[in-house]
Amino acid sequence: MNQQLQDTLASEPSLKGLEAFKHFAQHNPYLKDPAEKFSRKVVESLEEAIRRSGLTNGMTISFHHAFREGDKTINNVVQVLANMGFRNLTLASSSLLNCNAPLIEHIKNGVISRIYTSGMRGKLAEAISNGLMQHPVQIHSHGGRVKLIQSGELKLDVAFLGVSACDEFGNANGVSGKSRCGALGYAKVDAHFARKVVLLTEELVEFPNAPASISQDQVDYIVKVDQVGDPSKISVGAARVTSNPRELLIARYAADVIEHGGYFRDGFSLQTGSGASSTAATRFLEQRMRRKNIKASFALGGITGGIVDLFRKGLIGTLVDTQSFDADAAESLRESPRHIEISTNEYANPGSKAAYCDRVDVVILSALEIDLDFNVNVITGSDGVMRGASGGHCDVAAAANLSIIVAPLIRSRIPTVVKHVTTVVTPGECVGVLVTDHGIAVNPRRPEVAERLKAAGLPVFSIEELYERCQAITGEPAPIEFLDKIVGVIRYRDGSVIDVVRQVKP
Amino acid sequence: MKLRRSMLFLPGANAAMLSTAFVFKPDSIMFDLEDAVSLREKDAARLLVFHALQNPVYRDIETVVRINPLNTPFGLADLEAVVRAGVDIVRLPKTDSAADVHELEAEVERIERACGREFGSTKLMAAIESASGVVNALSIATSSKRMIGIALAGFDYVMDMQTERGDGTELFYARCAVLHAARVAGIDAFDVVYSDVNDEEGFLKEVELIRKLGFNGKSLINPRQIELLHNAYAPTEEDVDYAHRVVAAAEKAEREGLGVVALNGKMIDAPIVNHAKRVLQKAQASGVRK
Amino acid sequence: MKIIKEALAGTLESSDLLVKVTPLPEDRVDVVIQSEVMHQFGEQIRKVVLATLQQLGLVSGQVVIEDKGALDCAIRARVQAAILRGAAVDQLDWSKLS
Repeated sequence: MNQQLQDTLASEPSLKGLEAFKHFAQHNPYLKDPAEKFSRKVVESLEEAIRRSGLTNGMTISFHHAFREGDKTINNVVQVLANMGFRNLTLASSSLLNCNAPLIEHIKNGVISRIYTSGMRGKLAEAISNGLMQHPVQIHSHGGRVKLIQSGELKLDVAFLGVSACDEFGNANGVSGKSRCGALGYAKVDAHFARKVVLLTEELVEFPNAPASISQDQVDYIVKVDQVGDPSKISVGAARVTSNPRELLIARYAADVIEHGGYFRDGFSLQTGSGASSTAATRFLEQRMRRKNIKASFALGGITGGIVDLFRKGLIGTLVDTQSFDADAAESLRESPRHIEISTNEYANPGSKAAYCDRVDVVILSALEIDLDFNVNVITGSDGVMRGASGGHCDVAAAANLSIIVAPLIRSRIPTVVKHVTTVVTPGECVGVLVTDHGIAVNPRRPEVAERLKAAGLPVFSIEELYERCQAITGEPAPIEFLDKIVGVIRYRDGSVIDVVRQVKP
Repeated sequence: MKLRRSMLFLPGANAAMLSTAFVFKPDSIMFDLEDAVSLREKDAARLLVFHALQNPVYRDIETVVRINPLNTPFGLADLEAVVRAGVDIVRLPKTDSAADVHELEAEVERIERACGREFGSTKLMAAIESASGVVNALSIATSSKRMIGIALAGFDYVMDMQTERGDGTELFYARCAVLHAARVAGIDAFDVVYSDVNDEEGFLKEVELIRKLGFNGKSLINPRQIELLHNAYAPTEEDVDYAHRVVAAAEKAEREGLGVVALNGKMIDAPIVNHAKRVLQKAQASGVRK
Repeated sequence: MKIIKEALAGTLESSDLLVKVTPLPEDRVDVVIQSEVMHQFGEQIRKVVLATLQQLGLVSGQVVIEDKGALDCAIRARVQAAILRGAAVDQLDWSKLS
């Protein structure tokens, strides 16, 4: 049969180039071995997985940060890569945090030469701001990261994804196992786009693992490790609502703005950040929702325990979760059918066929600085050092019906309202209202909102008045001096460059 | 008619609080140089408050300073500093008799003359903290033209009475005495501090009691209590409607030169009109009760 | 006014400052300022501190300041408190302190 077939294929012009059947397992040799068939993806060590992945110098490695400050994967993998002698890699992590300070060494030694991230903190951020890297860091938003991948600029060669639990075929989630991070919104995108996907897990569970946030058909290799994250740092309970009176004052005003801004009706949708005033605002919102008998159709996030609380009380219909900020949120995702997990592509990618952020009525966001044009800086401190994250800020601000920025007017002696922000992350045209402990300012682009808030008796001022107030109290800060070298490039969600960060003069 | 529902206590030695507390908008802010400040920090606190009082941010809020008693090494220096710095009201702790007030007033007068401050502009407030104070409440309340209010201070008072803070029974007579003295003297009456900041329910219960008794306001130790208190003191929608009608009727009667004000066939006399005006004032300050 | 003994005033809490004064053998004033907001407000802080020292008439002493973002009124108050403690001065001329 075989010879006849070969001859036919060779002679028949329309069959030219096609392969003749040889053996049922010709292309899947592992099917012949029952043990290998099941456990072929599970590799002995990270080194082995790296070898098999075909990673070479100059390629791009990717990570997610759903384990927040408890993450071990990023540091461990890069350490192993360093030990193996890799050079010149591009690190694409959805974000970088205080715990990633060990990366400084690897950057110095040339293991990592480029970075794409939505933010940085701590010693790593300081070092990079002070000129550690030859190539500037690319700072993108959560939605913007997916766009960069889609456009081909960010090519993920090997993704190393820490997961709470997976089976030997790679069906993985963040809601079972010991170290539960909750939603794997960032990891889902990497699993989809990366050429090779390596899962790191503390626990191999029985097949089939369900739900599968990352599906077996996306996974190449699985490595069992001691720790994907430090449980004491990830599985923290929901942050207690702050008792700081200033934060509570801001939270109350924020809830007032939501109530009177014009979008507070049955079936409205909301998103709140993870800051103290944002989470406190959910408490004040609850009172107002009950008073007016209003329920929210969904909340998007960054889901916190505060939002979960409203959900459990029946005040929110569905929770749409791309990252679980605490153990309460992770638990709710695990238990409730109407608490759903989405990828950052579904969350906020402007290049996605549909992004949830487009359906949000009101969003509460934070700011390090905001200027007279309502441009917002969430990345550089007033000393010029990068220490924050672009995150979902510009994504949701662009899409929501009303974007509310909450911030104390003055932090210690540092004014929040400035003439020009040190770095623009979110353009002022997207920002609706600024809420501070001294009062509220409405973007002149939203006169109808200003009218409503004034009619409700809220303390509304112009942004110039809030700026004058700052100046009167703190005095005018001296401008920061920068060198010429660019250390960071701020990418707007559509891939364009909206600002650059230069090295601070020492 | 200055509203004095909320008097927020701030420890005078706390630089951070003094720099930020003005955002909370209580009716009055009280800088404490007495019990909230340790002996070693009395001088430093005095200077902090001296400068805070002169900061433009406090210009629009009524300021009060609780000085140390004049028979301590600190009291007189406190007085010198705060009167010169422009404090609105000086609160005298542990006022036992009218003589205590006269002593204070004499010093205040001397300092006003010495520094060129408008004579009579420094007002006084007496804190009643003992059985003597309660028994002398009327003479204390009427002892000076500068007196704008008397406050009951719970902690020291109950110790003097040999009991402890509880459900309010221990303050029963004192509250009534202080209140009556204030009304006879035509000044404000203030109730004690509620120290359990996390017990919102207990706080509101006490506020409801003292509001019904007729207290003008209460001393507060945490900004979170301000909104709760203002809301409890806020008139209801119906109260406001009725008050509007009373005031309208009074204005109409005045326009028409009528001696008697009538509403719905009933006679409305001056106290009712004044009460209505106070209701509208409260409503304007913080809306209707939610 | 001269600093005759070591003295401290203030705290290291946010929005406060710690002022330490020590005596110097000669008649000179030495001021060292460290601040969380050095870049933005260092010069302004120095101005306020020097003006306060001048107003008090300090002629001898070392003043070391660790600032945590305090406002001008707190700076004046803490510097004055430390100087008066270090100079062991009891009676104050309030007109010199505004």
